[in-house]
Amino acid sequence: MSPNPAELTSVVGGVGTSPHRPDAILKVRGEFAYASDLWHEDMIWGATLRSPHPHARIVSIDLSDALLVPGVHAVLTHEDVPGRNIYGLERADQPVLAEDVVRYQGEPVALVAADHPETALRAMKRIKVGYEVLTPVVDMESALGDTPLHPGGNLVRHVPIRRGDPDARAAVVVTGRYEVGMQDQAFLGPESGLAVPAEDGGVDLYVATQWLHVDQAQVATALGLPPALVRLTLSGVGGAFGGREDLSMQVHACLLALRTGKPTKMVYNREESFYGHVHRHPAVLHYEHGADRDGKLVHVKARIYLDGGAYASSTPAVVANAATLGVGPYVVDNVSIDAWGVYTNNPPCGAMRGFGAVQAAFAYESQMDRLAEALGMDPVDLRIANAMSEGSAMPTGQVVDSAAPVARLLELVRDKPLPPTGTDLLDLPGGVANTTHGEGVVRGVGYAVGIKNIGFSEGYDDYSTARVRLQVVGGEPVALAHTAACEVGQGLVTIVQQIVRTELGVTRVTVLPMDTSIGSAGSTSASRQTYVTGGAVRAACAAVKARLAELAAGRHVDDLAALLGDEVVDETAEWRHRPTEPIDPVTGQGNAHVQYGFAAHRAVVDVDVELGLVKVVELDCAQDVGRALNPQAVLGQIQGGTAQGLGLAVMEEIRTTGGVVRNPSFTDYLIPTALDMPPMRIDVLELADPNAPYGLRGVGEPPTISSTPAVVAAIRAATGRALNRVPVRPEHITSTERPRGAPA
Amino acid sequence: MDFLRPATLAEALALKAERPGAVPIAGGTDVMVELNFDHRRPDALLDLTGIAELRDWSAVPGAVRLGAGVPYRRVIDELGGRLPALATASRSVGSPQIRNRGTVGGNLGAASPAGDAHPVLLATGAVVEAVSTRGTRMIPATDFYLGVKRNALAPDELIAAVHVPETGAPQQFAKVGTRNAMVIAVCSFAIALHPATGRVGAALGSAAPTPRRATAAEDFLADELGAGDQWESPTPLPDSTRRRFGELVAAAASPVDDVRGTAAYRRHALSVLARRTLDWAWQGYTGRGRPCA
Repeated sequence: MSPNPAELTSVVGGVGTSPHRPDAILKVRGEFAYASDLWHEDMIWGATLRSPHPHARIVSIDLSDALLVPGVHAVLTHEDVPGRNIYGLERADQPVLAEDVVRYQGEPVALVAADHPETALRAMKRIKVGYEVLTPVVDMESALGDTPLHPGGNLVRHVPIRRGDPDARAAVVVTGRYEVGMQDQAFLGPESGLAVPAEDGGVDLYVATQWLHVDQAQVATALGLPPALVRLTLSGVGGAFGGREDLSMQVHACLLALRTGKPTKMVYNREESFYGHVHRHPAVLHYEHGADRDGKLVHVKARIYLDGGAYASSTPAVVANAATLGVGPYVVDNVSIDAWGVYTNNPPCGAMRGFGAVQAAFAYESQMDRLAEALGMDPVDLRIANAMSEGSAMPTGQVVDSAAPVARLLELVRDKPLPPTGTDLLDLPGGVANTTHGEGVVRGVGYAVGIKNIGFSEGYDDYSTARVRLQVVGGEPVALAHTAACEVGQGLVTIVQQIVRTELGVTRVTVLPMDTSIGSAGSTSASRQTYVTGGAVRAACAAVKARLAELAAGRHVDDLAALLGDEVVDETAEWRHRPTEPIDPVTGQGNAHVQYGFAAHRAVVDVDVELGLVKVVELDCAQDVGRALNPQAVLGQIQGGTAQGLGLAVMEEIRTTGGVVRNPSFTDYLIPTALDMPPMRIDVLELADPNAPYGLRGVGEPPTISSTPAVVAAIRAATGRALNRVPVRPEHITSTERPRGAPA
Repeated sequence: MDFLRPATLAEALALKAERPGAVPIAGGTDVMVELNFDHRRPDALLDLTGIAELRDWSAVPGAVRLGAGVPYRRVIDELGGRLPALATASRSVGSPQIRNRGTVGGNLGAASPAGDAHPVLLATGAVVEAVSTRGTRMIPATDFYLGVKRNALAPDELIAAVHVPETGAPQQFAKVGTRNAMVIAVCSFAIALHPATGRVGAALGSAAPTPRRATAAEDFLADELGAGDQWESPTPLPDSTRRRFGELVAAAASPVDDVRGTAAYRRHALSVLARRTLDWAWQGYTGRGRPCA
């Protein structure tokens, strides 16, 4: 191994180094047990009957034929939900099983358990549901005036932001309407879990999720059990990206297990997975930017519509992000933004990496390019002229009180040399499909920068719990670390080990399975786990060190094993980041966010302008991470986030017609391959945030945000097209799209 | 569901005669998807992977006889020189894993309009060797595709091989997808020059209910090349010819609007692909370009 900062710390594999993940070899060899690999003696299999209609009244349900299928153990409907048949992440509005109405295609209506998954599927198909089909509400901009889908109407949340002079006038004004399509998390491990009924009347659920305790609370409520009787253990998670924040099969498997008294497994196939989790909100965004002749921003006005689909999920927080981050990382004195999250009969939308900031960034960065063009300015110069920095005020009035190196990030990506033009088919748009040998290929370059809040906002009590145990095993001090923080592939297990090593000076650190026998760690989302659970682990280590100091009783002891002797030191700590505040419901003012993260991208694309095919040649990134606790994992997050942003730019979209999903498969929902995603050059800045553990800044989301607008800006530069919608399809580049409103 | 595993072709044909509903399976890259998604539940699968006769290719006079069980990977590795367009099409199929398993025979059996091999088989004038206990039938590719996922095989027939002419003349395949690898064709096109007969083969995929030849485009180009004595002393083709060829190829399509692309885009893209592949093929013929990508 080459020398690295590890040598600077006293222990191998501590903070600032990139030790191997404990699950790395298993994963590379295909031996890692994911939730879909769960197995139990005598287990039976669950299946879910889902609505084929986006909006319908349920007139009748006839289970008799399904119950006659040999091998079937149970067939359940909403009548069999013993607790409250309604749940939700931020607002309880979603039935565990539909009662009188279905509000989206794929909504669960009934459950079957059988001794074989095929038997369950066959029985499921024998359930007869009588539907009275209703007209679906599918247009987010008119949903507020349309048929109400929930008792309170179709508004989930409206967030206004008002700052400065609402009548501010500018010398140069550009306006635009932008659309963002419905992106999917497209995690590779489908929803899966195993519910095991327990002798105490409770249930043990092994599941792939992002937040064990919020699942536990919702499952317990639906089952009518005290939370102590609903115990969750994290199973192998094959990616999450926000798509596992809401419940999928958790309550269903527990219902079947408790009803049959048998361990019950549920695993979705790929198609069902598209119906089984929330997606990124599609958005329509109307923007007006005004600037003076020198390019200084005078005002930003925006109306942002976010389609929440049938149920609220995390729409309220997504709306707040889109609004509070709606001008991007720029200083603007006069801001008027309204963001609405609405109910429709489209698939439910909720958390996905970038969480409201992605949609806004596509619009505000497109506007910055349009403004640069109107001013005759270089797009990077315009951005730098308006870039926020430490001490700048957000449109919410919140002062950014740690590093905000927006201009520097832009300069870093701008100043890299440009790549040469490719000659091999693999380097050209279309790849090995042999569509061009250079004909029609035009190169374009585009830039974007983005901002993301890190951690939970608006006054939420955002904390994590960690337990660290230290004892001597075989003459050597060994630490155990226990949290409920979900490892979803991002590498938190490694981070926890690194922190314990650094804090306690021990080499051997075992991370216990994550479960609900310890307090909540909060969600693995909002780029927050290294920050918050990392903070909790460090706090638990501090408590352990305090105990060690007591044991030492003033003596200086070099040998930790000798100091410990037979003593077992076991400390648990709860840790929370500094508090945030709610925003004012009328003005949107308030210190809503705990930390901000920034990233910038330069995209170089070759576009076959005749065929509308795109090859992203380069997508370099610069990001400030405060402190890279694990430099390799940081690069992994930047690569992955960038790729997901590229996907939204040029291919990833769940297409719906009248609320019906047209492409629920990896054949037609395309995600980037190695030939679509270029190798990246990445600049990582480490400008410590004094408020955060080790000075770190959340890493996972910022690169997703600026990647999309950078790629689209480059395609615009190559084609001269307006391209106000993502993903950009070949039809948009070649003007062969189907006219609006034409039948499919 | 029965899983039938014949060891010889004769045994397979006897089983197929006895159980015409049995679905043949080789690479399984199509059949298994249909089974896994419960789109199809045949009484029996007829596993052809144990039959040695299907696993090889051989040179026959003027053609390559490609066994139905030869995977794309081997077409790419072993037949790039003899069947350049088929090798190019094979390279664009799925992922490495799919190319290791999937076969041209399977492409023919499934007869999907989006099958990557079809335009090449049509443009080059390939012939399908269909066998049954009743004997052997040679079915020209032109007569093979009857409808969406329907082909000319009788219920008791299996595909033993496909005979692909070894023309020694330039031929090209190109396919548009919305991703740079591992993608189903939005539309595809193949062209094959046949200087010996003065003909041109041109065929399209994914832009009609079946893969189909663009016969008006073929005739137009053959006339243009014949009239100007271009086969004997080739000169660069006039823009009007290149453009007209593209228009005629686009006109041969009957595309639909679907989630993969609009009808208008498919027509437009076909005209571009036709023009470009003609350019490459003609450059190859005049000796100024590479014979195939």
